[in-house]
Formats: sequence, C-alpha cells, structure tokens
Amino acid sequence: MITELGYGTLAISFLLAIYGIIAATWGVLKRRPDWVDSARNAMLLTFPLLTVSALSMIYLLVYGHYEVEYVASVTSNSMPLYLRITALWGGQAGSLLFWSWLMSAFASAVTLRNWERDREFLPWVIVVCLITLAFFLGLTLFVENPFDRLWLLPGGIAIKSFFAPQGALPYFQSDGKGLNPLLRHPGMIIHPPMLYLGFVSFVIPFAFAIAALVTNRTDDRWIRITRRWSLVAWLFLSLGLILGGRWAYDVLGWGGYWGWDPVEIAAFMPWLTGTAFLHSVMIQEKRGMLKHWNMILIILTYNLVIFGTFLTRSGVLSSVHAFAQSAIGPLFFTYIGASFVISLSLLLRRWQTLKSDLHMTSLLSREALFLLNNLLFMGILVVCFWGVIFPLISEIVTGQKVTVGPPFYERATAPLFAGLLLLMGIAPLAAWRHSTVQTLGKAVWKPTVVSLLIPLLALASGVRNWAALLGFWLAAFVACVTLYEYGRAVLARSRSRNESLLRAFWNLAGRNRRRYGGYIIHLGVVLMAIGIIGIELFQTETQGTLAQGEQLSLGPYTMRFDSLAVFDTADGRNVARAVVSVYKNGQFVGELYPRRDFYYESQQPMTIPGLRSTMEDDFYVLLVDWQPISSAGATFKVYHNPLVNWLWLGGLVFILGTLVAAWPDSETNPATVRARRRLPFAAKAS
Amino acid sequence: MKKIKHFLLFFATLLIWLALSLSIFGARESALAQKADPSSISDDQVNAIAKNLYCPVCENVPLDVCGTQACEQWRQVIRQKLAEGWNEAQIRQYFVDQYGDRVLATPPARGINWLAYVVPPLVILAGVWILVQAFRSWKRPLTASPSLPEPENLSPEVLKRIEEELKKR
Amino acid sequence: MSVQSIPEKQSQQTNPTKGLRLGPLLAWVVVIALLVILAIGLLRTQQGPVNVGQKIPDFTLTTFDGQTIKTADLRGKVIVINFWASWCKPCEQEAADLEAAWRFYQARGDVTFLGIDYVDTEPEALAYLKKFEITYPNGPDLGTRISQAFRIRGVPETYIVDQQGVLQFVQIGPFRSLSQIKSVIDPLLQP
Repeated sequence: MITELGYGTLAISFLLAIYGIIAATWGVLKRRPDWVDSARNAMLLTFPLLTVSALSMIYLLVYGHYEVEYVASVTSNSMPLYLRITALWGGQAGSLLFWSWLMSAFASAVTLRNWERDREFLPWVIVVCLITLAFFLGLTLFVENPFDRLWLLPGGIAIKSFFAPQGALPYFQSDGKGLNPLLRHPGMIIHPPMLYLGFVSFVIPFAFAIAALVTNRTDDRWIRITRRWSLVAWLFLSLGLILGGRWAYDVLGWGGYWGWDPVEIAAFMPWLTGTAFLHSVMIQEKRGMLKHWNMILIILTYNLVIFGTFLTRSGVLSSVHAFAQSAIGPLFFTYIGASFVISLSLLLRRWQTLKSDLHMTSLLSREALFLLNNLLFMGILVVCFWGVIFPLISEIVTGQKVTVGPPFYERATAPLFAGLLLLMGIAPLAAWRHSTVQTLGKAVWKPTVVSLLIPLLALASGVRNWAALLGFWLAAFVACVTLYEYGRAVLARSRSRNESLLRAFWNLAGRNRRRYGGYIIHLGVVLMAIGIIGIELFQTETQGTLAQGEQLSLGPYTMRFDSLAVFDTADGRNVARAVVSVYKNGQFVGELYPRRDFYYESQQPMTIPGLRSTMEDDFYVLLVDWQPISSAGATFKVYHNPLVNWLWLGGLVFILGTLVAAWPDSETNPATVRARRRLPFAAKAS
Repeated sequence: MKKIKHFLLFFATLLIWLALSLSIFGARESALAQKADPSSISDDQVNAIAKNLYCPVCENVPLDVCGTQACEQWRQVIRQKLAEGWNEAQIRQYFVDQYGDRVLATPPARGINWLAYVVPPLVILAGVWILVQAFRSWKRPLTASPSLPEPENLSPEVLKRIEEELKKR
Repeated sequence: MSVQSIPEKQSQQTNPTKGLRLGPLLAWVVVIALLVILAIGLLRTQQGPVNVGQKIPDFTLTTFDGQTIKTADLRGKVIVINFWASWCKPCEQEAADLEAAWRFYQARGDVTFLGIDYVDTEPEALAYLKKFEITYPNGPDLGTRISQAFRIRGVPETYIVDQQGVLQFVQIGPFRSLSQIKSVIDPLLQP
C-alpha cells in the first residue's frame, strides 16, 4: 500500500513536471499568462507530492519492508532508527529520490517569491527547474526505482520489478543487507544532504541566468534576484565539503581529511566556480562589468554539478565514493550533452548584448584584483578538472590506466592557493575603480610589517620549512588586513554615531551583511589555512607492533598499549578494541580506544581511530592489526597532526560568516545598484 | 610607464608560481636500507615507500593505509626488497614493471602522459593572456575616446521607462 | 514599443568583435572533445568484459617458470583462461576443480589451460599454486596488461576460447563444480 503510494506520487510528480515544462513554454510562446500560471502551480505541487513519496520510502525503510529491493539492500534488522532514515540517501535509487525531493523543495520555494517585477523570467525559470527535476524523476521512475519489489519467479529466480510479473510470488526476506559501513557515521547523516542541497540550490541562479539569456534581459537583474540563492547554495556546498572532510578524518582512517579522490573533486569543482561567481558578481553589481563572465561562471557551476553527479553515478570513474555500476550512465550522458550544448549556444547567441558597460581604469583597482582572484580559482578548477579527466584520456589513447593522485593536485594547486591568500589580503585594501601603486602601497605596508612578526616568531621557534613560513605569513597578513578593516569600520561607526564598540560591531555586520560576512568568511579561511599548513607540512607518523605494556613514541607523545578486547555487538559487528594510554611530554593525558569494526553483513572492515584533539595538535591512533590468539600484541599506526583543529574551527567561522552574509534583510532594499552606475548618457538608446 | 610596472608585477607573480611548482615537482630520492633480513626493516621504512604507491585492487587509496590482503602482500614485498638492499627508485620500478604505471601516484612524464603536466599550466597561461588582453581593451577606450557610448548601454532614463512598462503589464 | 526589441535591434547594429570569431569555435571544440571523451569512457565501462563471439585480444604470458606462451600460437586448441590471485578467497573454491579439469583434458592435447595471476606477489602466488597442486601454466599479469585488455572486473573470471580464437564462454566468479567446467568445454571439442 505504502509502496504504491510512494510510487504513485512519484509518477504524478513526473507527469506534473512534464506538464509544467510544456505549459510554461506554450504560455510564453502564445502569450498566455494563464498557462504560465498553471505551470507554476504544477511546479508548486511537486513538492508536497514528492514529500509524500519520500516519506513513504522512509516508512518502508524504518519498518523494514524487505520485499522492496532498495530497503533490503540498504537496511537490516540490526540498524538503529536514525540509520534507517538516513539510508534514504545510502544507495543510488534512494538518493535520486532524495535529490528530486530537495530539487522540488527549491523549485516550489522559488514559485512563492514575488514575481510581479520579473514576470518575463517566470516561464523560463519554471522550464529550467522542471527539466532538471523531470530528468531526475525520470531516472528514479524508469531506471533506478527505489520502490521496486522483489518477486520470485516459478523457476526460483528472484527479479526486481514494481508490478507483479506473471506467475510470480512476492519475495519476502526476513533481513536486509544493511547500509554500507562507511556510511554508518553521524557525519554521514548530514554530509550528503548538505552537498545535495548545495547542488540543487545552484540550479535556481542558473535557471534565472538562462531566463535572462532567453528573454534578453541581460542586465544585472537576474544577479540581484539570485544573490541570496547563490549564497545559500554556496553555504550548503561549503558545509557539505567541510563535513565530508571531518567524516573522512573520523572514519576513513588514513589520518587525513581530503584525499583528492575524483568524487571529492567532483563536489569541489562547482564550489570553485561558485566562489569565483560570488566574487565576480560584485563587480557586475558595482561596476556593470563582466556580464559575460558571470554568465559563464553560473553556467559552468550548473554543468559541473550535473557533471559531478554523472561522474559519481555512472561508473566512469572508480572511486571509494562511487555508486555501483548502473544503467543511468547513458541517460546522464545525454542530459549532460544537451545541457552543455544548449547553454553554450544560448550564451553565444546573446554574446553581443552581454557586452560590458564600463572600463577598467586601474590594474590595481579592486575589480582588477577580483579578476585575478577569478583567474586563480579557474586555475585550480583547470587542475582539478584535468586531473579527473586525464586518466580517461590516457586509457583511451594507450589502453593503460594511470593514477592521478594527491601529489599532482597538491603541487599544482598549492601556489594557486597561496596566490588566493595573497589577494585576499590585498583586495580589501584596494579601492573600486581607482587605485595606484602609491595608495595601495600605503595601505599594504602596515599590515605587511605587522604580519611578518608571525613567520619571524615561527622561525625563532625552530620552523625551517620555507613553505610553512610563507603560508603563516600569508595567513597572518590576511588576518591583519581583515581585522584592521573591521576594526577601522567599527571604530568609525562607534565614534560617529556614539555607539558602544560591541553595538557598532553588530550594526555594521547588519548594515552590509555581505561585506562583513565576507570578512568573517575570510577569517575562517585563514584559520583553515593554518590547520591545513599544520597537517600538510608537519604531519608525522609512525607504526609499530607492540606487546602489552610496550610503548611507541611520536613527537611529544608516547602511547602505551594496555589491552585489547575482541567481541561481537548486537548490530552485527565484530569489534576489536584496543585501550592505549597516552602521555604527552611524560604526562598522562588520557586513554584512547582505536578499534577495528568488521561488519558481518557486508564483510567490510572499518578502522575507527582513537583521537586526542587539542588546538595545538591531534594524536591519532589506528589499530592496524592484532594477534588473534590473545591480546599479546597489536600493530598501531599513529599520526601526529599539528594544528589540524584550526581547520575545523575555521570551518565553523567560515559557515558563520556565510550565514551572516546570507541572512535575510529585515527591510527589503529595492534596487539601488543601477543608480550607482555612472554611464555616459547614451542618446542612441531611445 | 606605470603600465610596464604592472605587467612586470604580473609576470613576476607568474614566474614565482612556475618556480614554486617546478621546485616542488623535483623529486628527491632517498637512499635507504642496507643488506639485512626483512624483520630488521621497520614499518615506517615500508610505509614511506608505500605512501606513494597505489594498489589497483583498492583504487585511490594509498598502499600504506589500505587494509586489503593484496595490499598487505605488497607491503611484504616492499619489506623483502628493502631487506635485499633495493632503494626506493628500484622498488617503484619493480612495481611499475609488475603492475603497470597505475601504481604510481602521478602519471610518469612520458608519452601522452606529458599532457597531464603540460595542459594545466598552458590553460592557465592562456587565461593570463586573455586577462591581459581584456585589461588592455578595457583601458584603451578611456584614454582614446573617453565619451564613446556603448550601443547597448541603456541610459537610466530608458531603464526607468522599461521598469514602468513592466510594472504596467 | 515592445521591451524586448530594444537590445535586439542594437545587437544587429554592432559588428561582431574580434574575440568572437575564434572564441566560439574554441568553446565548441572543447565541449565536443569533452563529450567525446566521456562517451568513450562510458562505452568502456558499459561494455564490460570482452564479449562472447568476439576474437580475444592476443597476449603473451611469461609463466612463473620462465616459459613464454603466445595465444596466437594456440590456434586449433581450446584455451581456458583463468584470472586469479592468491589473496582472492573465491578463487580457492574453484582451484581444485580447474586443476581436475586440466588433468582430465591434458591427455587429449587439444585443450590448454592458462592461469593469469592478477595483481599478486610472487611468493604468495607460488605458495597458492603449490597448495592446490596446480600443474597447468601460470604466470603473472605483468603491468596488468592482460586483465586490462579483457577489461576484467575482478577475480576469479574465466574465459573459454575456441579453436579459432573466438570467445565462447565467460564465467564471472568461481565455477561451482568440475562438471560445470566440463559442460562448457565439451561442446567445443571435435568428436
């Protein structure tokens, strides 16, 4: 019953989406606003319908309806409630349903905004959103249906189908296979939804951009409408990436947070273009320039989202994150091809009308530096993209696989990231339009001198790694500039308005959220940079086999192997759990419990580290191996990760800043941007 | 004059970036190991080499942290070879001969694999070139004919009228 | 006057700029090249292993005892190509059956068995061969070239090739019994 309900609502949503696409196109071609309104209602309705569908799926998962193939493949009797719910996105079919549901939420939300001023965009926004939605719904319905049941044919063969095949009996299993152990982690509850949210919410700005291209309203209106959408999308994407890093650190057991895995990069690429976009739209808003570029960036972002999903799900790339081989590859490919070709041809058709209004007056102006920032982001994108795609090319040409691993990305992107940090320090000091070497130099030298103290201190304390010294200086420089800018504005405001410093600080962030939210984000990046420098350049590791009572030392830490217990748990794991005492500089600081979980259902081992975390460093212990007979000996791998906690702290600050920047304004601020344009009067235009 | 200064600045940054990349790319070889039996080779010595190798059985997971039995055997091979006095380069070459180029963390720079290293810098340089051209073309009209109206620059008046038209609809 | 028509009219007045001639061409080339690469990559993954009815890719196997065997020289014989590894548990299930099948056909002379050791280490591989008393030729898959040519997805996989070098049967995963192996090979042999 519930299965039929879920499937039925899914099918109706798909039909509604198709109807909406046709109605909106018809309405705009025949100039019939009532058809467009009807399409809008259809789009609005997909959300409640898909909510019912997703809830049905959750119901099936929670109550263990193993006759449904998807339920049997991702849940089992021993799984706790929260994992059964999160199993919704634990497999291919369910996550496609989940994706569609989120997409419909955003599509519905966008219909609810006030459309009076932008009516001409409406049909095209509907079309783009619904095409995307219909595609994913189509995949869910026809290729990867999560509601498919298992049937037993007379010959004893079990097959997967929604409707009962002739002569077949329903196949009830008493237990399922269970969720992939890698996904059984609290971080996994929020990491994929955040990424998906980021992905789907970037569809909205893209839809507006396409609407602007089609209707030829290529001024900055679409940008102003979608500013908050882009920030929200970016917030979710950033959060997804940061949580993903934390999950990897806690669960994957390699002592790191980011492995430059193709699927990680697939999620990172839209973030790169999205970040470049957030910066360069400011130029268009302030200076009316770069219309082409912003269009390119948002189109790239959308296509990279689809491309990333394709890479993850089609089986083209092999990766720890990749879903199993599936039939959706060719369909996805067709969609990607169409999406690439349509967006590019639209863009080229409107190229002329997108020409910039104004000219660059100085190469040191803020807009010029923003462009450099964009160049660096694109550079990182190129490295990432090439790294992901190159093994495919190499395999096609030579027939031999190659690996493009972390060293490739690290070496190529490190200088680009350093350049971004440098720009992050300089750009806030440069003025819009006019900036000269003199004015900029005047603004830059003070923070430069102050920030040099940090690498000097590091040098004095024995750091001899030039890359680290450079990195620390850059981080300090950005921090100085950002704090100085903030402090100056707070002081000025508190003086001129007689406000207390704290109040001035609060009001300032409230008045120009994007600017001061942006500064908070920059500070977050600085903190993250410190953490990254710490773990990337100063990580040390050692491995040793210890008998009970023996010790292993690494850096200031010493660990002693106390005991080991091997036992079965109620949820179907065999756990080997070691107890180690940790000493720092000879002082006892606590016990850690690194363990190895072996999941019987899926025959997969999981290595869960024991972790002692402080702001100064992390001590990370992995249980690699042990003697099965007794607790006589065990092999441990230990990592010393200096400063890595700053990365997570920075992540928090980063998200906080994004929240500040994206927070809705209390009073709506109608378009004042256009008034700021100082155009020479164009008489021809009338 | 100032222009030249800016370009110098530009290319200086670029050069620094290239120099940084190159200097990090230069691989260093460590001469490890004397003749000894396998048990005298520490796990750390094995892991130092395993870190940069990838076993085809578990793709994208470095050999030193991979838990499968195949990878365990590979690490034993490294230990054995170290004990026999092989150095890191020899051991890497042994794995390449046995299992192909895919065991290396980065594609060896020969044949088509050169492209892996050449294309990103070239594309980035092209980006720099486009940016330089764009800067030039943006600067020129202001000095040459400052009041040249761009055809599609709508004046505020026209835009206002459009807004009004739109509101009426 | 219609709103949309203003920019339209103006775009007709402006001449295409220099950047536009080369730019679009380049953009199209890049997009199409990317799509082609993706298409080929996708085809490869969709294709799976070498198909039944196709000629197998010929290869040269250097066995553990130094013999060189070329599949091209084995025309006129049925070849059973088995991919295995010492770390592979399912391979052990079929090892005895494969060896028994080899001993059954060995005397006839028109069936050859080749064991290809996929991503393995020599001492363990030799121990495995000894443990299961395997006597047919076995050798390492140097550079994983053979397995890549067959596009295998894992071990064990077995490919049975007829006298003309055409693939007749693929077994993904282990054989279940000796009789299963025989039932595949027998129809290929001339009476």
